[in-house]
Amino acid sequence: MHELSITQGLVEAVLHRTGERTVTAVNLRIGPLSGVLADAVRFCFEVATAGTPMAGARLRIDEPQGRGRCRNCQDEFTLSDLILLCPCGSADVEVLSGRELMLMSVEVA
Amino acid sequence: MCTTCGCGDEAGTRISNLAGELQTPGPGHLHSHTDEHGRTYTHEHPDSHQHAHADSHDHHPGHADGHHHADPGTETILLEQNLLAKNDLLAATNRGWLAGRGVRAFNVMSSPGAGKTTLLVRTLTELGGRLNAGVIEGDQETSLDADRIRATGRPVIQINTGAGCHLDADMLRHGLDALSPEPGSTVFIENVGNLVCPALFDLGETAKVVIVSVTEGDDKPQKYPHMFMAADLVIVNKSDLLPYVDFDVDECLRRIRQINPRAEFITLSATTGEGLADWYGWLDGATSPAAAPTPGAARPEPLTGSLTEAH
Ligand SMILES: Nc1nc2c(ncn2[C@@H]2O[C@H](COP(=O)(O)OP(=O)(O)OP(=O)(O)O)[C@@H](O)[C@H]2O)c(=O)[nH]1
Ligand SMILES: [Zn+2]
Ligand SMILES: [Zn+2]
Ligand SMILES: [Zn+2]
Ligand SMILES: [Zn+2]
Ligand SMILES: [Zn+2]
Repeated sequence: MHELSITQGLVEAVLHRTGERTVTAVNLRIGPLSGVLADAVRFCFEVATAGTPMAGARLRIDEPQGRGRCRNCQDEFTLSDLILLCPCGSADVEVLSGRELMLMSVEVA
Repeated sequence: MCTTCGCGDEAGTRISNLAGELQTPGPGHLHSHTDEHGRTYTHEHPDSHQHAHADSHDHHPGHADGHHHADPGTETILLEQNLLAKNDLLAATNRGWLAGRGVRAFNVMSSPGAGKTTLLVRTLTELGGRLNAGVIEGDQETSLDADRIRATGRPVIQINTGAGCHLDADMLRHGLDALSPEPGSTVFIENVGNLVCPALFDLGETAKVVIVSVTEGDDKPQKYPHMFMAADLVIVNKSDLLPYVDFDVDECLRRIRQINPRAEFITLSATTGEGLADWYGWLDGATSPAAAPTPGAARPEPLTGSLTEAH
């Protein structure tokens, strides 16, 4: 499960910045096309933060919608997976959003 | 991950050489890792080449830019960084290292048992001296695959990822340190058998080769879109079994096209040898990173498998 190593990387990146300070909240943005499941990250978070100044921190994950634009008909539509197919039949679709995999901010005491 | 160097050590990665011994450390930094089972690993980094670690080590977080004060007592620190940023930076370092030596590295990925090792063994055997190549084998446990490669007489390094289900850029860096490929040579990286997470971890490779075998079903691209989206070349293997299984090559290629308009295709059998000439042709045409710094960039057209050619 790659979410575990990604969550461990997240903890490392936060602690690198916050040092010994107590982290009270972590804000992430994870899109539905990122290949990472927000629920799996929630599941790993407690394990990965145990025994660190991040233990007990609130985890908020913003899950933006996937959006695509067809290069053929210029239509914009919602993408729920990586099957890039416009209702017009064209597969030449530009992904506008949904691939986000970001550590946005943290709150420290 | 270790904070000193960013090694993906959480699962107890081990790197061993031809003789099956743990790689002996050179003059480098010594540190230990404790994995989730409480085992501790101590290793030194053989600093045979400069190991550019991603950290900038800013030890003054309180004075860093980009944060504001929310309410008294708590402070919000804006970070806005990609969760894979560290891996991506190490991958870029690998890419530069490979380009500097004119070494091509192919990251070979598939489900368990699709035929990665069989194809590599046959390729090394048949091309013999025509292809100066080494192999980095990634497996969770055992050196069985590395033993099969070693039998061809080619240099091979085993990376055991323990509980880890993919190779990351730092593991490849350690593997390259240990393999020490000659300038101008080719390195095949056999990733851990898994179609999910290896797709997310850029290694800095020249090209990603994804193998799907005909016994797996032609709907694999839909089930694992990230992997097929990342592929530069998709190999449909075990074509000798097509008469016995319900696998429609055209349908599979059509589904891949929906996800990835630029991937190339080859259908072959690593055991009978059918279609191998196309694979060797692709290897001939795949440019060295020194010649073409952007991976996945223009390759000779004739190598592109068309839908009709695939039969
Ligand atoms: N019929 C047939 N069998 C094949 C072909 N290629 C590989 N195999 C068989 O498939 C099995 C798995 O092959 P491997 O090469 O070990 O597969 P792998 O992808 O390296 O497997 P892992 O390292 O475990 O992920 C072996 O029994 C091979 O003999 C092929 O083209 N046709
Ligand atoms: Zn359209
Ligand atoms: Zn390292
Ligand atoms: Zn380390
Ligand atoms: Zn194998
Ligand atoms: Zn993984």
